[in-house]
Amino acid sequence: MAIILDARSLCKAFGAVTAASEVSAAIEKDSIVGLIGTNGAGKTTFINIVTGYLKPDRGSIAYEGRDITRLPPRDITRLGICRSFQIPQLYGSLSVFDNMLIGIGIVLRNAGLAGYFSRRDALVPGYGEPAEAVAERILGRFGLLEYRDRNAQVLPGGARKLLDIALAMVARPRILLLDEPTSGVSAQEKFGIMQMVLEAVRAEGATVLFVEHDMEVVSRFAQRVLAFYDGRIIADAPPQAALAHPEVRRYVVGTRA
Amino acid sequence: MKQGRIRRDHTVAIAFAVFVLLAALGPWLPQWAMFIMTVAVARGLVVLGLLLLLRAGLVSFGQALFYCLGAYSAGALGRFFGISDIFVEMLVGGAVAAATAFVLGFLLARYRGIFFGLLSLALSMILYGLLVKSEALGSTDGFNILPSTLFGVRPGPDWVRYAVLVSAAAVALVAALAVHRYLNTPLGRLAPAIKDNEIRVEYMGASARRAVHVKYVIAGGLAGVGGALAATVVGHIDPEMAYWTTSGEFIFIAILAGTGNVIAPFVGALIYGAIHTMAYDLSPNTWQMTLGVALLLLIVFLPSGLWSAFSRFRWR
Repeated sequence: MAIILDARSLCKAFGAVTAASEVSAAIEKDSIVGLIGTNGAGKTTFINIVTGYLKPDRGSIAYEGRDITRLPPRDITRLGICRSFQIPQLYGSLSVFDNMLIGIGIVLRNAGLAGYFSRRDALVPGYGEPAEAVAERILGRFGLLEYRDRNAQVLPGGARKLLDIALAMVARPRILLLDEPTSGVSAQEKFGIMQMVLEAVRAEGATVLFVEHDMEVVSRFAQRVLAFYDGRIIADAPPQAALAHPEVRRYVVGTRA
Repeated sequence: MKQGRIRRDHTVAIAFAVFVLLAALGPWLPQWAMFIMTVAVARGLVVLGLLLLLRAGLVSFGQALFYCLGAYSAGALGRFFGISDIFVEMLVGGAVAAATAFVLGFLLARYRGIFFGLLSLALSMILYGLLVKSEALGSTDGFNILPSTLFGVRPGPDWVRYAVLVSAAAVALVAALAVHRYLNTPLGRLAPAIKDNEIRVEYMGASARRAVHVKYVIAGGLAGVGGALAATVVGHIDPEMAYWTTSGEFIFIAILAGTGNVIAPFVGALIYGAIHTMAYDLSPNTWQMTLGVALLLLIVFLPSGLWSAFSRFRWR
């Protein structure tokens, strides 16, 4: 399959701490990749480098053959790489619906359809519907319609996570990076959230990279696993093989080896 | 489709109604009332710009910079070129201020919170310092402004105030409606998003810095128009217009009015002017205290500003 994202020899150090050391991974188009590893192993650093929040000390990232290593987050987002956050990043003082409208407004603006004299009911590119209908549709897909007019600040944990992911989906990303989409969510809700997210993603056709600590979730949803330890990738294989890897068993899964 | 977010909005109708009423009743108003109203329009324009910044969570303690630039541009037009047309003065005042804001914006749009506030204050004090030192512009005394003309016509002494008031109100109407529309564009709506979570704004593909820059330029331009207007109404300008207490007045009015609606700044400025005048009349030495008490009461009872009292029963 075609490679959509190609990370080569990424290195990043924060003082004496090595957050990424020769991290290389070629991600295939439309694949679903799980990133595992203990806290501080370099998973979030990898996401932060890919999305432009951190600049690597060395190495490069190519997206569809184009070098994006030095681009700022907003340009990378515009190219079609969107992310969610471990701690949901929402517009806390606004309603859930307004959160969506702001995101859709940015999409319209980047498409040149939201200038001062543009029509208010311009069709959102990629959706063929006006902004409010698109917002309803995405909220419906994530089961958030019941919270539509609630303030984002006061949502329950699971809904906050889902809204954060919904915001990342607004621009119809080609690559979606989810940083611990199920952390802080009850064990029962985990599978529901992943199911919902992956169904939404499948409907749009995107490549997904997700950070996850629950190995059950990983083996159920990932097609491929990247296991991080100490800033390195120690295993890169399908879930069963990766979880059976001796180093992964020792450093990531636990001491059952 | 339109439920929820878009409440019925009468802003445009109200703005037009106020303008027509003012134009119709103007000739019967006493001269002092017209003076207070025109000054209120001038200050309202500055606060209208401040409203844009406040919505994005930015408090500029330096709008006096643009207010003063607008005033001195208007003054310079008369002093050096003999131009006294009120529309030309407002246009040039606004343009000079907006151009300055555009240049300064590259620096200021990088800062948030107290840094943005203090930097904007420092810039206005630099202008104050420069004007105090410049003999050609009258130093601390400033200089007088030519009597206003309107499209080459000089209105009779009984009509000058009315003509200026209606011209000012027309400009304010256009400005308020333009800002009202802007606030409903995606870029305008980005303001509360920038206030809430700039990281998310960037990760959705928009530049918060650029959005702030645009708002800063609009706010600067509006303050320039307000300054030019104030200059022609008062007939005199001096460096005090750039002093930080002038910026403080604008913030005072913005808090008094609230940021809920584009008409609010003008209502706030009018009430501020009225309280100010009355307090000064009653006791010239303690008028600041009266104003302070008024603001305190307002913060306690209407924390979202005067406008929230209207919107609470009308639009909720």
